[in-house]
Amino acid sequence: MANPQVKQSERKCTVRLAKATDIPQVIAIDTENTGLSKAEYWEDLFERYNNRSIDTDDDTQPKSVKRYRFFLVACDGDKVLGFIIGEVRAWEFGSPPCGWIFAVGVRNNIRQGGVGHVLLEALNDRFRKAGVNKVRTMLARDDTLIMSFFRSQGMMAGPFIQFEKDL
Amino acid sequence: MKLQKATRCALFAILELASGQDRQLSANEIAEKYGISTNHLAKVLRSLGRVGLVEAVRGAGGGYRFSGNRRRTTLLDIIQLFETIDPIRNGEREDGDDTAEGKGLCQVLMEIEDTARATFASITLDTMLKLVEKNR
Repeated sequence: MANPQVKQSERKCTVRLAKATDIPQVIAIDTENTGLSKAEYWEDLFERYNNRSIDTDDDTQPKSVKRYRFFLVACDGDKVLGFIIGEVRAWEFGSPPCGWIFAVGVRNNIRQGGVGHVLLEALNDRFRKAGVNKVRTMLARDDTLIMSFFRSQGMMAGPFIQFEKDL
Repeated sequence: MKLQKATRCALFAILELASGQDRQLSANEIAEKYGISTNHLAKVLRSLGRVGLVEAVRGAGGGYRFSGNRRRTTLLDIIQLFETIDPIRNGEREDGDDTAEGKGLCQVLMEIEDTARATFASITLDTMLKLVEKNR
């Protein structure tokens, strides 16, 4: 617990829609963070989120207004530093349209450098442009590391309680 | 949910000391702000000193200074120095626990404890200070 307030300098990066060529790096970051390599999963997500739309590589206005699924990456040149995935969903669980964050990941060695914050803000901007003013996510109760990240960004527990039962 | 007196004192002291870079305050100054006993607070500060979260600065104008890491220390780190969040998970037994009713009740209480633990474990002092700032 020693060493107070060591804050790494904010890292410069640009955020854009992920391209097919970014996916191997996304897979590598996720594998590094979770210990599980799931290439098929990420390729499928890319296909569904960024490759199926007519505006494949352009998320600038006015096209982005129509876009409601976002697979974003933070880059330093060709190097992917992190990724975030979110989608505007409506009326599920009785909820009016709101943005949902499904995944976020940053390279381990640059944690606390501001990349996660930049990614989240970029996604929130796109959610706002898509017409929603609320963002939600769902986490495992024991995943306190990522929970800490979302809390550090001002998120608090939402109004839903998740239920489950063994079948 | 209610926290014990010592835990609240510790959280107030830590948040007060961690709120500014190299902030140094006496136990009296902290006690006065929160309306708590200086003696009680002094004991709490000693406990926090033992785990390296605060350090005492001796001499004239001395006091206490936060010596932890705001972005790494969570509310749970402090709370569990003074009390247990999840007595049931820790195996503390009570009368009737072995009955079906007792088991059902334990399940409900465990759900509450798990949520409390996850909440405290995911809020760092840095995040808590942002929350405090929002409430000013």
